[in-house]
Parts: sequence; structure tokens; C-alpha cells
Amino acid sequence: MADKLKLAYFLSGGCGGCDMAIVDLSETLIDVLPNLEVVFWAPTVADVKYKDLEAMPDKSIDLGLYSGMVRLGEQEHIAKVMRAKCKALVAWGACAALGGIPGMGNMHTKEEIFKTAYFDTYSTDNPDGIVPQTRCVVDGKYELTLPEFYDYVRPLNEVVDVDYYIGGCPPHHSFVGQAILAVLEGKLPPPGSWITGGKAVCDVCKRNPATEGEEREPITAVKRTIDGTPEEGKCVLQEGYLCLGPVTQGDCGALCPKVNIPCRGCGGPIPGVKDFGLRAIAAIAASLANEELVDQIPSPVKLFYRYSLPASMLGKKVK
Amino acid sequence: MSDWTPNIVVFACNWCTYQGADLAGSLRYGYPSTVNIIRVPCSGRVEPEFIVAALKNGADGVFVGGCHPGDCHYKEGNYKAIRRFILLKRVLTSMGVEPERVRLEWISGSEGKRFAEVMAEFDKTIREIGPSPIGRDGNGR
Repeated sequence: MADKLKLAYFLSGGCGGCDMAIVDLSETLIDVLPNLEVVFWAPTVADVKYKDLEAMPDKSIDLGLYSGMVRLGEQEHIAKVMRAKCKALVAWGACAALGGIPGMGNMHTKEEIFKTAYFDTYSTDNPDGIVPQTRCVVDGKYELTLPEFYDYVRPLNEVVDVDYYIGGCPPHHSFVGQAILAVLEGKLPPPGSWITGGKAVCDVCKRNPATEGEEREPITAVKRTIDGTPEEGKCVLQEGYLCLGPVTQGDCGALCPKVNIPCRGCGGPIPGVKDFGLRAIAAIAASLANEELVDQIPSPVKLFYRYSLPASMLGKKVK
Repeated sequence: MSDWTPNIVVFACNWCTYQGADLAGSLRYGYPSTVNIIRVPCSGRVEPEFIVAALKNGADGVFVGGCHPGDCHYKEGNYKAIRRFILLKRVLTSMGVEPERVRLEWISGSEGKRFAEVMAEFDKTIREIGPSPIGRDGNGR
């Protein structure tokens, strides 16, 4: 079949969870597979090398999914190659779209990270003070190289142009199916958009007081998830568990609140929001009953920017 | 460094602080020319994005002025403003921005003199802490 959709997938700085989200399609994937030709899926699924991808003609791949943020030179290189070879490039999942969990590393310098990873951790024994180098020569003749570790984490769109964004850590598999079908059928929003249902987590959450016709009251306590158990069927935010559902895209179907866990914002900002964390600050702070509660919020940067620090306006710690 | 003058953005609520600024003008109370006032309907309209966007676009200090507690034209806009502001300030401090760069005060329409004094004071603070590091070290995007 000549008109199969050619798919390339690259797992960059992510954890592989987004790959799993595709595999989790299970039977749906079997329906879709006859229409797909996987030309590149590194390093997890297909045994295709970087040089094979580099040798493909430009714009020869219909769809490229790039999961994971960009921290290393290697990741940046493949991002550029993917951009050249793919007609449409998708930032697949929270890391590629926003920086993700590894993006919280932007609160620390490269030096701090190296010091912790290669010197300070309890299990590390490094008497010679060896840290990764981009190249070294072994036995005077073998040159070995490592990708450069950049100073900061970047989301994909700071390295190359991105056509579409999909949030989620990982994207929910039912939504993955919808997104792939949308691509197959050509029903895509304008380039540069998020592929999303456009609704907030609260909109699809069964705990939302509005579903019972109840009013939302000011929040009178700040709780962590270890403090007790939320009341069955009641809004977790209302009880003081800081849930970011009001500003997060609900393509997941409010999975976390369903199981008593407040939303942490992996789905990405609802349409129209540029800086997820700042909008979350506005939403949460304005819901609190008094100023004293604000000071009880633990570690606010890593709460509000858990998935989106590199894509935020400041992007990293200032100094 | 010697020829540097601060760039200060003031978000002034239409009903109190902006009227206070107006009164300062009518009464001929001078305040620093580094102050750039942006009139907003309410201090509750000032989203954290506005403050960070101002800092990112070259402001060295950002000031938010609203009505005194209990006096908000929209009843509770200023209460929302201060909660957001305190939280934003905590986040900015953690992210390495000097907390003195952002300030929130309640200034009513009758406090023209106080407006001028607070502006002079804020200008002095910003001059002491110097130019904003945001956007000058590649942070700005």
C-alpha cells in the first residue's frame, strides 16, 4: 500500500511513558496499524538507526512524534533531523510540549546538578572527581564522545518549529487514539495548536460541585495528599488539596481526581493560557479564604510549574 | 551603570490608586518620572502574567495599587489581588527575583500625597537593588 501514513517516533529526554501510551491503545492500535508505516521509532520499538533517519529524503515522513524535552546535544540534533524529514511534527506529551518533570531541573544550574549526581549522592564513589566530558581519548587512540549536557532544559518548540502539541504525562490512551485518528482523517487544527478537547479537568470531573448544582466556597484549609483522605465524590480542591484542574486540559477525563489525587497539571494549559504556572497561581490564590493560607502552600514553584517550568515566561531560575 | 534609570510599571486600579495619582497631579505633588502608570479596572484584574510580562519586557520594578480592604468597587477584587500577589511573590523569590522588585499597596483616591511618597520610595528601592536581571542573561524569551 503506497498511501500508508509514514510515522516516525523519537523518545528524547522522556521516560518512555509516552511510548507506552501508544502501546496502551491495544486493540485500537491493531485497527490503526494497517494504515501506518513506522519508518523510525528509536530507541524503544524499531531497530532503525539515526543514520537511517538522516538518509531519508526531506519531508518524506507524514507524521513525527517527538516525546521528551531537549537537554542533550543528541536530542537537539534528532529534533532538527525530525523537523527536516517530517511534514508534521508533534510535541508528544508534557515533556516535549512544556518541559515536563525534568524541566524542574531548570531551578538548578548544570554545576549543581553535576555536583549532586556525581559527587554528593550517598551511593556515589568518585575520588578522581570525574564528570561527563563530550569527548575523551582512551589508550591514546580511541576517541569516545558523549552528547553535550546543556545548561537548561528546553521544550521542543525552542529548538525547532512545532506543528502540534499534545499534553499529558503520558497522554491518555483513549485520547491518543482520537489524536491519531484525527491525523489519519486529516481533521487537524491550524498548525501551532494543541490537539485537545479544549475542556478543563474540572469540566470533565465528576467531583465538580457544579455537577450537583452546588456553589464553590472559598477554600479554608491547605492540605497535602498525605493529610487524610478526601471525602467521597466531593471536590478535592474545595477540601484544600491544591488541585490544578481549573487551568489544566481535561483530555485525560479527570483521571487523578477520580482516585483522590489532585490534578498536577500534566495535560498542559487550557486554551488561551500562555504561562501555566502563573495562571494556576491566579486560580488557586483567588480561591483561598485568607492570606495566611497562601503561606502554607508547600514549595509553590515545583507545585505550579511541575510540568511547565521550561515553557514558562521566566523559563528557569533567574540567578 | 551610572546612566541607568529604572523603568517602573505601575498597575493602578481605576477607582482608587489611579484617582490618587490624578489627585497627586492636581495638587502638584511630584513623583519620579521613571513611573509608568497603566490603568486597570481593578487590582483584581492584574494577573500574575501581567507582572511577569512587565518584568520580562524590561521593567525593573512592578507596582500594583488597589483600593483599601473593604473599599473595592467590585467588593472583593483587592482581596483576590493580595492573595495572588503574595503567592506570586513567593514564587518569584524562589526563582531568584528580588522580592523588593514587586510591591502591592492600597492607595485610595484621596491619598494623592501618599501616592507620590510611595512612588518616590519605590523608585529609591529599585535604584538601590539595580537593574533587573531578567532578560539580560538570556532568561528572556
